[in-house]
Amino acid sequence: MKLLKTAAVAALLAGLALPALAQQRTLTLNTDASDPAPKAAFDQLIKGFEAENPDVKVVVNIFDHEGYKTAIRNFLTADSPDLANWYAGNRMAPFVKSGQFLDVSDVWEENGLKDSLAPALSSMTIDGKQWGVPYTYYQWGIYYNKDVYKKVGVEVPKTWDEFISNCKKFKAAGIDCLTTGTKALWPAAGIFDYLDLRTNGYDFHMKLTNGEIPWTDDRVRKVFAEWAKVVPYTTPNTAAIDWQDAVSNIVQGKAANYVMGNFAVATFKDGGMTDDSLGFMDFPEITPGIPRAEEAPTDTIHIPAGAKNVADAKKFLAYIARADVQTKMNQELGQLPINVNSTVGDDPYLQAGFKILSTADGGIAQFFDRDAPAAMAKAGMEGFQEFMAKPERLDAILDRLEKTRQRVYKN
Amino acid sequence: MSVSPAISQGSAGQPAPRKRRRLSRKLAPWLFLAPGMFMFLIYVLIPIGRSVWISFYQWDGLSPAHWIGLENYAELLDDDAFYTSLKNNVIWLVLYMLAIPLGLFIALFLNQTVRGIRIYKSLFFFPFVISQVVVGLIFSWFYAPGFGLFYKITEWFGGQGVAVLADENLVTYGIIAAGLWPQIAYCMILYLTGLNSVAPDQIEAARLDGAKGIKMLWYVVLPQLRPATFIALVVTIIGALRSFDLVSIMTSGGPYGSSRVLSYYMYEQALSEYGYRMGYGAAIAVVLFAIMMIFISGFIWKMWRDERGL
Repeated sequence: MKLLKTAAVAALLAGLALPALAQQRTLTLNTDASDPAPKAAFDQLIKGFEAENPDVKVVVNIFDHEGYKTAIRNFLTADSPDLANWYAGNRMAPFVKSGQFLDVSDVWEENGLKDSLAPALSSMTIDGKQWGVPYTYYQWGIYYNKDVYKKVGVEVPKTWDEFISNCKKFKAAGIDCLTTGTKALWPAAGIFDYLDLRTNGYDFHMKLTNGEIPWTDDRVRKVFAEWAKVVPYTTPNTAAIDWQDAVSNIVQGKAANYVMGNFAVATFKDGGMTDDSLGFMDFPEITPGIPRAEEAPTDTIHIPAGAKNVADAKKFLAYIARADVQTKMNQELGQLPINVNSTVGDDPYLQAGFKILSTADGGIAQFFDRDAPAAMAKAGMEGFQEFMAKPERLDAILDRLEKTRQRVYKN
Repeated sequence: MSVSPAISQGSAGQPAPRKRRRLSRKLAPWLFLAPGMFMFLIYVLIPIGRSVWISFYQWDGLSPAHWIGLENYAELLDDDAFYTSLKNNVIWLVLYMLAIPLGLFIALFLNQTVRGIRIYKSLFFFPFVISQVVVGLIFSWFYAPGFGLFYKITEWFGGQGVAVLADENLVTYGIIAAGLWPQIAYCMILYLTGLNSVAPDQIEAARLDGAKGIKMLWYVVLPQLRPATFIALVVTIIGALRSFDLVSIMTSGGPYGSSRVLSYYMYEQALSEYGYRMGYGAAIAVVLFAIMMIFISGFIWKMWRDERGL
């Protein structure tokens, strides 16, 4: 199946490369924008670029979203495009360290991107250089059912203690305070990230995901102690539930809160929720006084080391970094632009997200599986899943994660 | 000049045709075997060798590979996930064997001439026709907490529903049950064809001697079904060892890795989103290969013995 797909893509590439005219330069872009919204956003982006650069023809190869994660390793080494999209943070580290991505610090210098794309500067920087250009991100937070809140008669909490005391009331009403579906592991990481960011702050969280802090550290235990408070009020059996199935718990009013990314709004609305019934709140405060950090996974575009048309690729990066381009593109995507001079659509969730991200003085984390290296992320997320099912095994889980940390960060 | 060699060959070649015939008789089998051997070399032997070779390296598939000797194997020995997978593989192997007696039982049951028996036979065979992916999906809905039929039934009986796929102690058995469904159908078909060739005169003779029921089955029918049993054993063992699709579809190895089997763990380490430890994955593959080799050599030994009539 995968082989077939690769063969088909290769055939497609060969077919597309032939008709390219001699005087017109081509720029190939590989992307995983296979869903309708991202696809429309890329179509529109490329039309805009070609209108401004009539001598460049952009050839797009669209990959299936999941398959792309494997495909990129093949096409970077075998048949490199001029541009490829990927993710910021530690997710791009393997490609940077093996020399598969080109250093594009000059694009950042020449276009003043260090100011205009400031929110993503740290997540795009490895060894003091920038390796790509970010074009979109989205916030994480707590999505909740306003009707359930009204029915039980509780206020939207500002602090974690309030959140927990609300949980008791939800429980009395037979409603799960927190729901999630961790079959795919990553939804559990969203909860951990926020608990850690709120308990210990951004710098600690980054050190932890960078392997500089042992998992058996007392500050890590404190995070799990906070988590343990909400475990009794969480939907049981999350390990067998897909995140989309957990959405229906919120839609049907069986659960009140869901720690999720903004992409889930579409799923909530498909289930019949509206702006009147679906609420969004920032994750409540745990340790008072620490600078508020947020989580916002960033999507990026890179120039592979094997690119044939580097000059035009850099032009493309400069184009996609522009404020007006990011405004238009993110309206189509339904996400947030990185460029600080861009404007955000009037969607209430995006507006709320923009507000919390632009005022996050603590810093912006990517996501556990993008901040931590792959092997650590996998082991960590399994540990979180196990903790939610068997909180009494915390010691064994932390010992195992510590063992993984010592192996993963060794070299 | 140019003609003479041909002539001289012809004239001096009185014994040559015989020699050539002998030569071609020696050569011919190799020529016929060559394409098969070539394929076998390219698609089986070299990949096996490469896998063993890669298992001595630390390699992410992108950067240069780095020789670490037996370190991958040393790590395996200290890896809880590896032991979980190994244990699950053993459970699979043992419980999958149930498919053979159950398949035999259904085949005996269906081996009668009743009106419409063909329809019943095809209904029993139906699960084997469905793709494993679909079987996995059906069973994960069956077990799903909240709305699954199995969950509802256990909820109705015990007050609290059992979410099989979220329970580390039940999950492997839940998946094996899903795997048995088509595997029983497979064994049944093998036995049905076997039952067709059971000699009626022997049955008759046994009946005259007063054999009945279990005795008839054990001493008369089963010995004649030995070839079918052998094939059923082979496909079931191989099916149990390469169980991958059901694990991948139903749980992705979860909850927290407790339903992993070796083949899935190898995939996770080497090829999945969070993997790309090619060396470590290859080491797991080598272990799995070694386990399979025990069974494969057993089968080959038996077939070799049968062929020589021992």
